[in-house]
Amino acid sequence: MSTQTPLNLANPHLKRDDTLIPMLFILIPGVIWATFAATGSGFGSFNGIAMKAQAATMLFALIGAIIYIVGKMGTEPPTVDHSQYADKVIKFGVIATTFWGIAGMLVGVIIAAQLAWPEIFYFESAAWTNFGRLRPLHTSAVIFAFGGNALIATSFYVVQRTCRTRLAGGSWPWFVFWGYQLFIVLAATGYLMGVTGGKEYAEPEWYVDIWLTVVWVAYLLVFLCTLAKRKEPHIYVANWFYLAFIVTVAILHLVNNLALPVSATSAKSYGVYAGVQDAMTQWWYGHNAVGFFLTAGFLAIMYYFIPKRANRPIWSYKLSIVHFWAVIFIYIWAGPHHLHYTALPQWTQTLGMVFSIMLWMPSWGGMINGLMTLQGAWDKLRSDPVLRMLVVSVAFYGMATFEGPLLSIRYVNALSHYTDWGIGHVHSGALGWNGFVTFGALYCLVPWLWKKKDLYSTRLVEWHFWLATIGIVFYITAMWGAGISQGLNWRSYTELGFLEYSFIETVSPLHVFYAIRTLGGLLFLLGTLIMAWNIRMTIMGRGNAESTLADDAAKKPVLPETDTIPPTLAPAE
Amino acid sequence: MTYDLLAHFIKIGGTVAFTSVFVLAIIYALWPQNRERFERAAHLPLETHDAPETDHD
Repeated sequence: MSTQTPLNLANPHLKRDDTLIPMLFILIPGVIWATFAATGSGFGSFNGIAMKAQAATMLFALIGAIIYIVGKMGTEPPTVDHSQYADKVIKFGVIATTFWGIAGMLVGVIIAAQLAWPEIFYFESAAWTNFGRLRPLHTSAVIFAFGGNALIATSFYVVQRTCRTRLAGGSWPWFVFWGYQLFIVLAATGYLMGVTGGKEYAEPEWYVDIWLTVVWVAYLLVFLCTLAKRKEPHIYVANWFYLAFIVTVAILHLVNNLALPVSATSAKSYGVYAGVQDAMTQWWYGHNAVGFFLTAGFLAIMYYFIPKRANRPIWSYKLSIVHFWAVIFIYIWAGPHHLHYTALPQWTQTLGMVFSIMLWMPSWGGMINGLMTLQGAWDKLRSDPVLRMLVVSVAFYGMATFEGPLLSIRYVNALSHYTDWGIGHVHSGALGWNGFVTFGALYCLVPWLWKKKDLYSTRLVEWHFWLATIGIVFYITAMWGAGISQGLNWRSYTELGFLEYSFIETVSPLHVFYAIRTLGGLLFLLGTLIMAWNIRMTIMGRGNAESTLADDAAKKPVLPETDTIPPTLAPAE
Repeated sequence: MTYDLLAHFIKIGGTVAFTSVFVLAIIYALWPQNRERFERAAHLPLETHDAPETDHD
């Protein structure tokens, strides 16, 4: 491509991209703040070293972005081709999803092993190897880094295809992608150094929260502006779910993280809420992070990728609309079921419980809609492990959303709360539903984006499928065993009314369950590693992943990626 | 206006507003005239477009 030719000569849809300069209005104030924070006195147990490291990371990233933008504007002003979909940012998203998936699951296996064998990977001299620091790293990496990148990448893919228009905002989707990665790195390194706001699933401190807010608003605007310039009059239901996810997560994030920093350059802040209001706000946030991040967002993936892969229309579009609005109106009230038997007023607990039970209906409506989409294509489950993965994810969605309302009932909760049953429940949703639907979407996206006929190896997908499935079964059955044993032991009384067991007596029987759980997690991680290998080989064009561009490769020299090995069009060299 | 009075109106008003919007959504989903539009929408993911539409601009 010659950049010297006037823009509109060859391709009337090639326009100047004027979106880089406005980014400087975000990046430069960021640099100024980070400079003060990196050189200031900071706050914390080790003289602000953590704050300085965080600020230095931020400085490095933001200055790098500014240099890139200035250099780009000076040498080769960027262009946008409105006759092409913006797919490169999605390719980066696919790779980032795979990378963070492996990272997050690896940390999960490590901390699972630490619970079974406390000396494993724990060094007294290295505070960051402590379970308390690694655990939020695991949860944030799998939910926000793996899941979040999957949602951003698939939403960019789906909104373009179903609106038949290129992503809006020129280079802003890139700002969203890289900004989100910076958020992940700041959050993750912060946890390891002991920087935490202490709110579960909302651990990042105030300055990381502000950065995420900026990135998220950019994401919302890119998505909305793409919808606004759509060529398809109807907004497809997957986009409704994506939009609900983006909007609700923004509100949850802002409200739950309201805090006052100790000083403008300190890593430490104090939340504005106290007592039971703090608890209620936290679980209003926490449960709706499940409802709108891990459910609404991933349902959008389901509503696009299952019909697409099965080549069947949605079973009932009507049901998908009812599903959507029922999820929106009911989920938001379910949070109080996390606070049964606490200082929270009883009526609020009951309200949370009732709405949780009501949620069972839309959840199963959605599950039925996903499964029945295969009507007339059930035979594909035998031959296509990718479709099977997507369908099994919906089955796990149904299972986890059946177990959830059950656990929310106050009397069941009396047995299950604070035990490993909760951890098992979360993982049947996270591994089975979010994990599998993401894997399925990635296996679809890689050949589509890199223009390959098929994946490198379908057999490897089979291996991934079975290793992951067996891993989940080990994981959740072990946690049922552990959880029910804990719940029963904790409330065993002697005939005199004393507790029958000391706490350690309720812990020691868990060892074997924890060992099985570690094995389950390890199998699941192994499956993900196989997927990463399969994705890599597909991108490289090996095996069945022949390029579909063979004939017109000469016509479109832009498409093959420069960052990977060129497509193997030539026979053996 | 006391807190109790305000809370009362918010509770009643909120319940009525949310329930009405939800009922409207159900009616929209079941409205017979929308059937054709939804039938088409259910097929949207199956259409393949290798490139965006660029008719105007």
